[in-house]
Amino acid sequence: MSIIAFQALVRRDLRLFFTDRRAVIMSFVAPIVIASFFGYIFDGASSEKPASKIEVAAVNQDTGDLSAKVLSALAADASLNVKTSDLAKAREMVRAGKATVAVVIPAGFGDRAARALFRGGDKPDMQFLYDPSHATEVQVVRGVMMQHAMEIISREAMSGASSQRLIDESLRDLDRATGMSAADQSALRRMLQGVGAWTQRSGAAPAQGGGGGGFSMPYTTSQEAVTARKGVTYNSMAHSFAGMCVQFILFMGIDAGMVVLYQKRSGLWKRMQAAPISRYTVIGSRAASAAIVAMLIMMVVFSFARVVFGVRIEGSFAGFLGVCLAFAIMTATFGLLVAVLGKTPEATRGIAVLVTLFLVMLGGSWVPAFIFPQWLQKVSFAVPTRWAVDGLDAMLWRGSGFEAAVGPIVALLAFALVFGAVAVWRFRWETEG
Amino acid sequence: MLEIRGLHKRYGALVAVEEVSFTARAGEMVGLLGPNGAGKTTTVSMIAGLLKPDRGEVRIDGDVVRGETDPVKLRIGLVPQEIALHDELSARENLALFGAIYRLRGATLARAMDQAFEVAGLADRARDRVSTFSGGMKRRLNLAAALMHAPGILLLDEPTVGVDPQSRNQIFASLEELKRQGKTLVYTKHYMEEAERLCDRIIIIDHGKVIANDTLAAVRRLVPSVNVLELVVENAGGDGWLDGLRAVPGVSAAEWDGSTLRVTLHDLLEHSPRVLLWLHDRGYRCSHLSSQRADLETVFPTLTGRSVRNA
Repeated sequence: MSIIAFQALVRRDLRLFFTDRRAVIMSFVAPIVIASFFGYIFDGASSEKPASKIEVAAVNQDTGDLSAKVLSALAADASLNVKTSDLAKAREMVRAGKATVAVVIPAGFGDRAARALFRGGDKPDMQFLYDPSHATEVQVVRGVMMQHAMEIISREAMSGASSQRLIDESLRDLDRATGMSAADQSALRRMLQGVGAWTQRSGAAPAQGGGGGGFSMPYTTSQEAVTARKGVTYNSMAHSFAGMCVQFILFMGIDAGMVVLYQKRSGLWKRMQAAPISRYTVIGSRAASAAIVAMLIMMVVFSFARVVFGVRIEGSFAGFLGVCLAFAIMTATFGLLVAVLGKTPEATRGIAVLVTLFLVMLGGSWVPAFIFPQWLQKVSFAVPTRWAVDGLDAMLWRGSGFEAAVGPIVALLAFALVFGAVAVWRFRWETEG
Repeated sequence: MLEIRGLHKRYGALVAVEEVSFTARAGEMVGLLGPNGAGKTTTVSMIAGLLKPDRGEVRIDGDVVRGETDPVKLRIGLVPQEIALHDELSARENLALFGAIYRLRGATLARAMDQAFEVAGLADRARDRVSTFSGGMKRRLNLAAALMHAPGILLLDEPTVGVDPQSRNQIFASLEELKRQGKTLVYTKHYMEEAERLCDRIIIIDHGKVIANDTLAAVRRLVPSVNVLELVVENAGGDGWLDGLRAVPGVSAAEWDGSTLRVTLHDLLEHSPRVLLWLHDRGYRCSHLSSQRADLETVFPTLTGRSVRNA
């Protein structure tokens, strides 16, 4: 391999890249703009900042106090934005996307629910109408609703004004019950009588020190975002910049391959072919220049993320550089594949972009791979982008050590080796015939 | 010296080049002529190592090119038919690149660039982007780029396509100088006009085969129909005057298009005086007199029975 020719060709490629304004904008500006946008959008999901409230339409068809209390508790929940409505309007709000979930409390809910607490049987049906594009949020609303309803209904049943009446009715039902063992009947009777005694006692002399009766959550919860270290907050820009960097560097790789296809059409390729330079010089210089550009893009984009959005490399700096370098080399060889497998630039570009979008999608650049189905998560390890995104995530915000970068680096270099070998194998000087 | 022996190239059922052989010596310029699709560019591509021949060999001073990096390739310079330059780079950057791929660097590269700019006459535009150059300037730089490594053999594939007369003359002057320096030049061209001025020898190719390989004068002699005398006659006319002219000994044909009289002779030198005397004796006045010269348009039908455009 001629080093002089190799260096000259690398210099040439770099000069051509930086004289192409479109290429520079696409490679440096586009990932910054789009990553900033995605980072901003996903920022609300982080624990440090308030997330958007879930829009809930509440329909109360019951006239009792208990249902009103449940709805008041629901409206007071910090994660929900509750608006009361009638059934038809609530359904329309959900259909139009103005509400994510509509909760319908049926007529007689309070009485039937309190009775069902002790006696089962006729349980009221609380209906949840939801926007199918927000299937996750309906689970959140159900959970919140269940918590508030259970607390209020159980309190009412055990210590409220109608508590004694409900207990008396339950005892009468128990006397009439068939199919229950005498021992079970006796135990249940003692429990109901105990609750009745408690209700009468608490009604005569309210309990000291709080505890208004009824069920309440037997524990409290607290949460902590586990990041690189204690005190380090999660920065949603980190994943966003990693993902977009991967995407746009792959696009740059395609362009690097397309340049070769265009050159093959021109006299420049003939001039190169007539010169005493090997295919390894041509392929190697193309790969080297693409890898240099890829590294430059990553350095510029992550520097921007650091300065503007405070994205830090919380893990190993060497690991971060290693993942970047391995991904740059992989991208360069991916570009070579485009160059050697493509027939014409026109026919190749569309296919190459499609393949890249698949790689980016499966790699978790758009949305994190952990939300994929299990089988797809396994499949995604077969694409290099998954390793790149995971590696960058590990080094950027997970704060992992160099050992966590070794897997992605080895995987990316293995992909590069395969792509490079195929490129050398399929390389053809001749463009005619 | 360049020796071509039995070059053969086939694309499927199409034989692009068939048993082409010729030699070109140092200081000689050979014109490779033929209509489009005749096989000229394929032949040049095989000589330059761009295409692998199915059969035959190319020898450069007795050596055969073996492999991509064979130093024998340093003795060949190629001027492709297309403008083989980077528009986005300056002329200097282009030449530096093409010098480097022929392993030039440092002072050697700088010297080669200076010489190349002198050939191209573009020293004052060295730092300008090629995209700002005219077509003629690009052609001159295209030629200069092939000279960076001082090759002994220069292959020129239609090097003056789309060039203005000034640039063409400059390119011709450069080629004549290169010939004087002892370089071997192979010049492909669609038409004969330029070859007449520059080439010592003409090789005509048709359907991949060499159909003529001789000096320009010898090729011209193959064409009797070039013995055509053209006269602008001011007072032409009269009943049967053309028949009278056709009866003059040595005249094989006479045609009148309303302004120009074309008289085809068996021998231009011997029979022209008879025609002129015949016209003079009958009071015809001539304001212009010329004779046609052989070009590819006239030679080709003689050799193949077909016109160039229908080849």
